[in-house]
Amino acid sequence: MKILIPFFAVIALVVIALVGAQASHALFGIWIPYAAVLIFVFGFIFKVLKWGRSPVPFRIPTTAGQMKSFAPWIKQNKLDNPSSSLGVLGRMLLEVLAFRSLFRNTKTQLYPGTKLTYGSEKFLWLGGLAFHWSFLIIFVRHFRFFMQDVPYPIQIVEHLDSFLQIGAPLLYITDVVLLGAVTFLFLRRVMMPQIKYISLPADYFPLLLIFGIGATGVLMRYFAKVPVVSVKELVMGLLTFSPVIPQGISSLFYAHLFLVSTLLAYFPLSKLMHMGGVFLSPTRNMANNNREVRHINPWNYPVHVHTYEEYEDDFREKMKKAGLPVEKE
Amino acid sequence: MATKVTTPKPDQLVTSIDFTPPKTGWMDTPTIIKPGTFCWGAKGKNLATVEFPNARDWNPSDQDWKLPENWQEIFLKGMEDLLGKYRSFKVFMDICVRCGACADKCHFFIGSGDPKNMPVGRAELLRSVYRKYFTASGKMLGKVAGARELTVDVLKELWYYAYQCTECRRCSLYCPYGIDTAEITIMCREMLNLLGLNTDWISGPVANCYMKGNHLGLEPHAIMNSIEGMIDDIETVTGVRVNPSFNRKGAEILFVTPSGDLFADPGTFTCMGYLALFHELGLDYTWSTYASEGGNFGFFTSNEMAKRLNSKIYAEAKRLGVKYIIGGECGHMWRVLHQYMDTWNGPADFLEVPVSPITGTRFDTAKVLKMIHITEFTADLIKHGKLKLDPSRNDDLVVTYHDSCNTSRGMGLLDEPRYVIKSVCNNFYEMPENTIREQTFCCGSGTGLNASENMELRMRGGFPRANAVKHVKEKHGVNMLANICAIDRATLSASMDYWVPGVRVTGVHEMVANALIMKGEKERETNLRGEPLPGKEGN
Ligand code: SF4
Ligand code: SF4
Repeated sequence: MKILIPFFAVIALVVIALVGAQASHALFGIWIPYAAVLIFVFGFIFKVLKWGRSPVPFRIPTTAGQMKSFAPWIKQNKLDNPSSSLGVLGRMLLEVLAFRSLFRNTKTQLYPGTKLTYGSEKFLWLGGLAFHWSFLIIFVRHFRFFMQDVPYPIQIVEHLDSFLQIGAPLLYITDVVLLGAVTFLFLRRVMMPQIKYISLPADYFPLLLIFGIGATGVLMRYFAKVPVVSVKELVMGLLTFSPVIPQGISSLFYAHLFLVSTLLAYFPLSKLMHMGGVFLSPTRNMANNNREVRHINPWNYPVHVHTYEEYEDDFREKMKKAGLPVEKE
Repeated sequence: MATKVTTPKPDQLVTSIDFTPPKTGWMDTPTIIKPGTFCWGAKGKNLATVEFPNARDWNPSDQDWKLPENWQEIFLKGMEDLLGKYRSFKVFMDICVRCGACADKCHFFIGSGDPKNMPVGRAELLRSVYRKYFTASGKMLGKVAGARELTVDVLKELWYYAYQCTECRRCSLYCPYGIDTAEITIMCREMLNLLGLNTDWISGPVANCYMKGNHLGLEPHAIMNSIEGMIDDIETVTGVRVNPSFNRKGAEILFVTPSGDLFADPGTFTCMGYLALFHELGLDYTWSTYASEGGNFGFFTSNEMAKRLNSKIYAEAKRLGVKYIIGGECGHMWRVLHQYMDTWNGPADFLEVPVSPITGTRFDTAKVLKMIHITEFTADLIKHGKLKLDPSRNDDLVVTYHDSCNTSRGMGLLDEPRYVIKSVCNNFYEMPENTIREQTFCCGSGTGLNASENMELRMRGGFPRANAVKHVKEKHGVNMLANICAIDRATLSASMDYWVPGVRVTGVHEMVANALIMKGEKERETNLRGEPLPGKEGN
């Protein structure tokens, strides 16, 4: 069920787009994409503001190496246990761009004869990295649909991405990598018993959805060969707020666009918000300089304590007998 | 409540570990509260002492937990409150992608195979409730969105697994977003405390610490008696009579250590180590009977309780007019001091930046907190050649070092203790890389889980750490497990006896004092434990 519900949901989305686009190009080519972008932008901002409303009362970095020591002769691990803003920046960059923490991943194994091992396990790191980076590059490549003249940096990206020079149109490596990585992440979820056990429909849905987006994209580029000029006209229309529906765009394109719209609208409501959340994670984005720089808790309030005076009242005679100094004789 | 609980033998325990998840989904797999894996419920009188709500005696194995009528409302209100107070909690509830990177990093999962003990599993127990009551999709889609009602059974499950997490943060190290299940457990325990659902082993020490200044409930004269005994023992071993002071105004330094060090072996030997070292230095320091606890079991109940207990340290430093504070060897104590104390009870502007009176070193990294770790203090002494040491007195020891969770992942104190150890003993071997430093494994009994009725749970949780010790025992003949934590000294002793018999446990300053050549000492025949020194076995 956990897999079937999202699977059929994605199939249904494709069917809706294929059928619906015949009925109304404007709905699927103009209004739904507009709505999706609005939901994405406002939803994202809303969510981040909602997180931001809760303060960070304590400075709680998870320290992952030697701290800045009092002693210059003890070497600090400045990236995994930063004590300055610059260090935190470095740690965050490593985390966001290179998935530092996942790189640490190990796999626990229990052998007969009570032997535990923790071998390095880099597949999740590799799969995650391949997925996110190819997604990003594909996104960037799409800018050629969003701009009148394709800017030079994007041309370079396209060029590099197709350096294998296979086929016509040229094969983009990231297309293959993205679909491969999504498949890997999906299979991993289904095949590893523990991961499968904790997976929710909300974990399968985005994977299947993104697979759908990638698949429709690939079909359009390499097989159905959707007229690029018309697509660009539509997209430019959307961007300049003078939407047009050019002739000759196949339903496949609308399916692609509809899946992307779904992803955008789904994003702020879902775990995909880890994209924003990772920047707000207090165990990663704070410097470990607790003993050096004061951290203020905005809701710190006075508490009821058991004072020394009360303590002495409780034990005065015993204290005197034991020869301890007291405040009140 | 004194039902006899038997702990399985090590080989039985290992063969019972099954990593195959149950056939039924976790929401549909009822949680059975199993003897040997939980602690007795809190006593009403202890909760009442610290003014906690819904104080009553209750028993986790009873059907009826005597919950207040509106328990659900209280719990959810508490959750709303905490979501509003902690960004960490809110973000961690929202962004987990269930990638499973944390799954096999938890010692309780490794030792039990129970998927609800995977950090992500543990967090989902609460997250499902969060979704049901705090997210639109959970409210509308229910189970499809991973949401579930908060029923009495769910509440019991939350309690059961919140007390099978030692808040060690190992999971958060591997999580790509730094999701710290310890933080989630902390929140969960705080909500449970609104319903009086604490354990006896935590609430007893909290009440003690509040009223008497330390977890063990040692009254002022008892503390002094305990230390008197150590003074005698030190004299027997070294011929030197040390002379500490208590509650003395005008001392330069206040020394605070966990009360466990005053009470039971091998912690007492560590404590003798402090006493001998400070005496040898002629340090102008004092103990306090009021602030006689460095540890903080309040931290395992609620943030407010932790602050209430912690307040005594600065209050006492102020009353006595000391310049700064040195803290003894303890794990969670140092997370609390390092990451919370100044924010709670600072600024300590009545204190001065710590300066070692012996070497003149200024501890600028502690310039706000005004409290330094004893291994920092000692490492500095050794580096400056201020201690006369004879490491060969520890030659009968083949030592490895266990990093405490809290000093590793909540501070980063890794090389200071190692420097001290390597200076005072000749045979030192590290455990495998993935089990030390920031990747260290919990002793298995932290956060107030070191009771006796949950011994099976403790031994399960202690399995990964013990297994790494076993490895170095077999490879290098390690026979001594050093650490800087009072809880470790107690719990690792039990875990070694169970998993790796023949390996004993020591604090770092016990080894320091054994190696320390004191002024006016007699020819030493034994170590602080009264065992013959290497080469003196015949005497
Ligand atoms: S590693 Fe982090 S994101 Fe992955 S399952 Fe664990 S808590 Fe969730
Ligand atoms: S904090 Fe430690 S005990 Fe708790 S879930 Fe994480 S790894 Fe397990």
